[in-house]
Amino acid sequence: MTAAAPTPMTMAEKALARAAGRSQVAAGEFVTASVDLAMTHDIFAADVFGMLADAGIRRVWDADRVVVVFDHLVPPPTIEAAEAQRRARQHAADFGIRHFYAERAGICHQVLVEKGHVLPGRLVVATDSHTTTHGALGAAGSGIGSTEMAYVLATGRLWFKVPETIRFELVGELPEWVTAKDIVLFIAGRFGADVARYRAIEMGGPAASRLSVAGRLTISNMAVELGAKFGFFEADEAALAFLTGRTREPLEPFGPDDGARYLAAYSIDVSDLEPQVALPHNVDNVRPLSTVRGLRVDQAFLGSCTNGRLEDLAAAAAILRARTVHPDVRMVVAPASQEVYRQAARQGLLEIFSQAGAVVLNPGCGPCFGGHQGLLAPGERCIGSHNRNFCGRMGSSAAEICLASPAVVAASAVAGAIADPREYA
Amino acid sequence: MSTELQPFKGKVWLFGDDISTDLLSPGACVFATEQVRRQHVLEAADPRFAREVQPGDVIVAGRNFGCGSSRESAPENLKLVGLGGVVAESFARIFFRNAVAIGLPVVACPGVVAAFAPGDEIELALDEATVRNLRTGQVLQAERLAPDMLQVLARGGILPLLRELAADANAGPIPDPRPGR
Repeated sequence: MTAAAPTPMTMAEKALARAAGRSQVAAGEFVTASVDLAMTHDIFAADVFGMLADAGIRRVWDADRVVVVFDHLVPPPTIEAAEAQRRARQHAADFGIRHFYAERAGICHQVLVEKGHVLPGRLVVATDSHTTTHGALGAAGSGIGSTEMAYVLATGRLWFKVPETIRFELVGELPEWVTAKDIVLFIAGRFGADVARYRAIEMGGPAASRLSVAGRLTISNMAVELGAKFGFFEADEAALAFLTGRTREPLEPFGPDDGARYLAAYSIDVSDLEPQVALPHNVDNVRPLSTVRGLRVDQAFLGSCTNGRLEDLAAAAAILRARTVHPDVRMVVAPASQEVYRQAARQGLLEIFSQAGAVVLNPGCGPCFGGHQGLLAPGERCIGSHNRNFCGRMGSSAAEICLASPAVVAASAVAGAIADPREYA
Repeated sequence: MSTELQPFKGKVWLFGDDISTDLLSPGACVFATEQVRRQHVLEAADPRFAREVQPGDVIVAGRNFGCGSSRESAPENLKLVGLGGVVAESFARIFFRNAVAIGLPVVACPGVVAAFAPGDEIELALDEATVRNLRTGQVLQAERLAPDMLQVLARGGILPLLRELAADANAGPIPDPRPGR
């Protein structure tokens, strides 16, 4: 019997075929896939392990493939959060979790990539919607809930519907002070927050190849804000260079097959893009910066798994150097990880933030998800480098959140109103 | 396929597009008591909902219901107030999976918002994926759930499956009797 010629596959199809132990899968099929990496954090870890313990399950399917990070409520601001972490810590010990970082490493997604847990073409699930981040390194990353995570930890498996894929070809040269964040906000505004619902995204083209790994992480992170299950970039030389030294696993490029079938393909010329701002209360309510300048802000937030990396802090520091945060604005800075924090300290960035009047927090998710460390009062407006501006996301449901790049956040912090970083450069 | 899922009726609460997990389960309430979580569910979208919702009521909503976080407290809070289910034009995928995983019926049904007014009575038949407005008599065909999802819903969620796994000696290394290290 001769084998049929293989049908070209998208990155989503290739990753799920591999995880399902198949040579070929096609969009629309249901598969049961073996998970390569599973992560849970402090909000859900105690619940997830508690469910396993209650069901009489005492071991995870593969202790090497499980990561536990404390990042959302660190250090714990309430007794309840402290209790949840105490329980999670005990569970991590009981279940023999080897990759248990507690509060010592940073935001889970940044930690997973920094510590070499994420590899191209592998299947990553985590109890966090921003697990699409790992597509920046060519991994199929997707968020799941606590109960499904308990099932994964017990069995190492989970069912998936193989998604259709939308391809975005980025062409042209990004202007100075226009960033990966502006690209993904522009796409949200142009195509809508559910353009990729139940679908995967692939970012490609010359302008995608020129993006730094940090920039790719920003876009893949926000793929979920477009509804996506996965948000891929090809794992090219830049991705493999980032991973070199972080893992001992063999590294291979990973991308779509030539001739793979896409539900839709769009070309986006980034040459004429200006900085973008998402206005309340949806991520796709996006405007060019020039049309929303001057909108008063009460808080400026720089950080998150979207834009809390070294190049994000450096861009903001370039604007804040020798300047002061506007007296009516509180600025909050949270590096994405301890690695980023230490690099930022060595490069003098934390001193610039401190001199400018910003509060520098420990690495974590606190302000971004409205947990602690910078909530908003009714009537207050925040501009942040994070990923969601839903009503009630950062405290009061009568507050407003705008999303933008780190440079726009820094310029706005100085001006006391939404401002253009190019005027402060 | 047939399961033990019986059709059920409920009073309709109508919501718009993009009802986020921050509306369903505000971040500041993640470790709050069940009573507090019940009080705040959908508060910012419709303050009457948490006060007046009755067990068995059904939410009819627009596009992208449950967008945002992977927090399972979003569908859980709806279960806490006794909601019978959610019928929406479309769902954000993580919310949809989470709802099934905890046994909260969810059905995507294009056209549903136009077919219902607040307070209408709805009948949901999950096996046939039909949605009926008992006031107008209109019947809509919803998107069918995969057989595995119907089975999980019929069992009341994934947890009962996990308990069976643990009890099943043939399930490989899972119910290891040795204490975990």
